[in-house]
Amino acid sequence: MRRKTSLKPITLLLLLITFVSYAKEGAPSSDSKADKETEIKEYIQHHLQDSYDFTLFSWTTEAGEHKYFGFPLPVILWDNGLKVFSSSKFHHGETVAEVDGNYYKVHHAKIYKVDGPNGEIVEDDHHHATNEKPLDFSITKNVTMIMMVFLIMFFMFKKMASAYKKNGGMPKGMGRLLEPIVLYVRDDIARPNIGEKHYKRYMSYLLTVFFFVWIVNLFGLTPIGMNVTNNIAVTFCLAIITYLITTFTAKKDYWKHIFWMPGVPVPMKIILAPIELLGTIIKPFSLMIRLYANITAGHIVLMSLIGMMFIFKNWLGSPLSFVLAFVLGILELLVAALQAYIFTMLSALYFGAAVEEHDHHEAH
Amino acid sequence: MEKLIEEFSLGLFFWQAVLFIGLIFLLKKFAWKPILDSVNDREEGIKNALDAAENAKKEMENLQADNEKLLKEARAEREAMLKEARDIKNKMIDDAKEEAREEAGKLIAQAHASIETEKKAAISELKSQVANLSIEIAEKVVREELSNKDKQVKLVESMLGEATLN
Repeated sequence: MRRKTSLKPITLLLLLITFVSYAKEGAPSSDSKADKETEIKEYIQHHLQDSYDFTLFSWTTEAGEHKYFGFPLPVILWDNGLKVFSSSKFHHGETVAEVDGNYYKVHHAKIYKVDGPNGEIVEDDHHHATNEKPLDFSITKNVTMIMMVFLIMFFMFKKMASAYKKNGGMPKGMGRLLEPIVLYVRDDIARPNIGEKHYKRYMSYLLTVFFFVWIVNLFGLTPIGMNVTNNIAVTFCLAIITYLITTFTAKKDYWKHIFWMPGVPVPMKIILAPIELLGTIIKPFSLMIRLYANITAGHIVLMSLIGMMFIFKNWLGSPLSFVLAFVLGILELLVAALQAYIFTMLSALYFGAAVEEHDHHEAH
Repeated sequence: MEKLIEEFSLGLFFWQAVLFIGLIFLLKKFAWKPILDSVNDREEGIKNALDAAENAKKEMENLQADNEKLLKEARAEREAMLKEARDIKNKMIDDAKEEAREEAGKLIAQAHASIETEKKAAISELKSQVANLSIEIAEKVVREELSNKDKQVKLVESMLGEATLN
């Protein structure tokens, strides 16, 4: 308990820094309201997108020059051979990068190949770039964040585990805070949903996904990071792992209930099979969309409220936006944990369905 | 949906998959397994300790019950012994009384018998004395009377008649 209370000021501090930082990101350069609105919109858009350099904040000088504070990240492309170069070559997307005689340009946070040093992105009627896209394995801002969370989680839990050995089976330090959460995942998520017999096999995945999503979500609320879970690729990856684990650990009963539902007439069985089969795909798909949408929506609303401070620019509207943003910020902290819980919970539920043993078919 | 597909970044997916799966296996080996094992061990330990305590409590109760039983038995035995002793005492008293009574009865009977014998002896002696006296008296009388023969015969006859009538 004491530990929790001591964490509170740190959390509040982080939240405050977040606002300050976002505020800087959203700092307007021109006076006209419409311009500011567009600029804030662009900033939000930019915040939600991945980027090739790790920019903590940026601003525009009086002379209209863009200044960035951060560091470049490595770009790794596969374009008739491996191409590795620093993202500083793009100058924050403002210039074309030349590597081994090939020219690349960043367009909407994606790298496209262009013809020459002055090559342009060609767009079709739907504003889709038609340029060739090289295979892109760059260490982007999001990948950096994932790596950071990877390291944090690895060392945090390794330390926690080793404390048990040294301390005679009792948690120590961080472990005292984390152990109840680990036990919560085990006793309230895994055990009731999967069942006493099989839950142990899934514990590693459930614990990892729970803490990963939670920590990543929390980092999304801090000023240093951008959110990783508002990328469809990340949530897709998590969802597909849940799907694969469900599919490959499923028992005979699970498939029987999909392809040949017991206890219903034969025509119904034929109708039900494709529906059930589709259901197995829809389940992880809903996991993917839920996490993505919740976090994206939270960030858009939070940033819009912060942006509104600069649009109102008066004594009534700005504090009101601040209060709203503050309250929403706290709510987002809850959402960060809640989404991690829901993802883990539903994964456990699907695993539970996969290994469930039906002893009484008459009941159907 | 189209926007989502457009937003999908293969590179990010690749890194996320590699790092996340790596994280699962690393944490499984270095964190989750030792943590969950420790927690399990601890829980098992607590459970065992609780069970042991429960067992000890039960044993204690059993012991206490045994003690109670023993005490009860001892008390009953004492009671029985006391009762027996009392019975023996009563019986002895009764027996003694009976014996005394019998002895007294015997003595009385003996006394009665000897009194009777004495009485009989006394009577017979008295009778013989009386007879002797009577004979002596009769001799004297008869000596005077029997100066003649006739009188002698008459007397003998009357006396005989009296004797048979007796």
